[in-house]
Amino acid sequence: MANPERVITDGAANMISRVEELAYELTIGEVMSRELKTIAPGTKMGDVMETFRQARISGAPVVSNGVLIGIVSLEDLIRALRESNIEAPVGEYMTRQVMTVNGASPLIEALKVFEQRHIGRLPVVDDNNKLAGIITKGDITSGVMRALQYDYQEEEVRKYRARHLFEDIISDRTSLTLRYKIKHGEFAHGGNASSHIKKALLRLGASPQIARRCGIAIYEAEMNLIIHSTNGGMIRIEIEPNQILMETLDDGPGIADIALAMTPGYSTAPDSIRELGFGAGMGLKNIHRCVDDMYLDSAPGRGTRLEMRIYMQSEEQLGETNHANTTRDH
Amino acid sequence: MPTLQEIIDRLELKVLTVKRDFTEVTPTSGYTSDLLSCVMAGAQKRSVWVTLQAHANIVAVAALLDLSAIIITEGAMPDPSSIAKANEEEINLFFTTRSTYTIVGELWEMGLKAE
Repeated sequence: MANPERVITDGAANMISRVEELAYELTIGEVMSRELKTIAPGTKMGDVMETFRQARISGAPVVSNGVLIGIVSLEDLIRALRESNIEAPVGEYMTRQVMTVNGASPLIEALKVFEQRHIGRLPVVDDNNKLAGIITKGDITSGVMRALQYDYQEEEVRKYRARHLFEDIISDRTSLTLRYKIKHGEFAHGGNASSHIKKALLRLGASPQIARRCGIAIYEAEMNLIIHSTNGGMIRIEIEPNQILMETLDDGPGIADIALAMTPGYSTAPDSIRELGFGAGMGLKNIHRCVDDMYLDSAPGRGTRLEMRIYMQSEEQLGETNHANTTRDH
Repeated sequence: MPTLQEIIDRLELKVLTVKRDFTEVTPTSGYTSDLLSCVMAGAQKRSVWVTLQAHANIVAVAALLDLSAIIITEGAMPDPSSIAKANEEEINLFFTTRSTYTIVGELWEMGLKAE
């Protein structure tokens, strides 16, 4: 199936991986056809042909007293026609060994069966083995398309809501506050808060440059809390259409010499942390480079408060009134 | 400028994350350091970062900087959760057992330079 030589664009590659995810997220029951024609075992093959023609189908499950006993397809019908035996009951021509899938299973299970055996349809049963529906490759395609369409609309709606936030709420001064608790020593989650903040800003309509500057500054501040605080700390972001205030707060141990801490290359990080690539002594300098205003307040035993501000030019301001920011680029 | 695919082929890199169409990605420049804050300060958008660090924080750094790819050298191998995080953030991770110096030298020869 997959041809390694085939050229796929990045966009298509994203779609493919989302389709793969959906194959695990969607259940067979969600995409199968529930309205199905069933055939009784005593039905003549000639009548089956008529049913197929009228319902425009090419196969149907054979059910006796609610229990699935076989499946009859166009190929069985052709065999009966070739043998001039269309008066015979379905029971003589149907396939008895029927593969079934459970409606609660993920879609991938049906896809695997379709790939391994060259069949066109699979009866779907419930936990009590009662026939619940039928699934074809066409059902899978339309089910996945529906889900993708839904995903797309969800994100559009989210972006739309976020961008209108500042216009929809009338006040003399509106701001949105985001708070993140950061634990000391939790390197595995380092960068999570900054990545969430960057995504939130893009959703609110910030330009990629503004989001990137905030991302870098807050990443360095987040890592400082993880590395240097005593009990962790708090990140607080206050977003207004024309400025972003980013603040980190912790309760110790505090910085003895702020000017020295600001010196590029100076770090108090222990060797174990330097081995991970932190503690280069560049963090505060990076923050200084990315923000418009920076204020560091600290003393030993008193904790540290770092305040960073980014101001947006009129063409960069958040909100729907600024159409220049309705880019999907990130 | 070489594409990511040409870089992967010439340097015989192993792709650790989801395989995309790397012929369509052309990095703008390169950067190397194992100190994350230096990378934060020095790596350009859409550049390739060569490092021997392999923990999850390199993914966070690459995502914040919108890097094209990270080449992890000297046989350092990220754990599965880091690779999963890279896939989630759509960051390309490549692996090699060769040294940073060799990789950077080859990249420069291929025409991937820095400012």
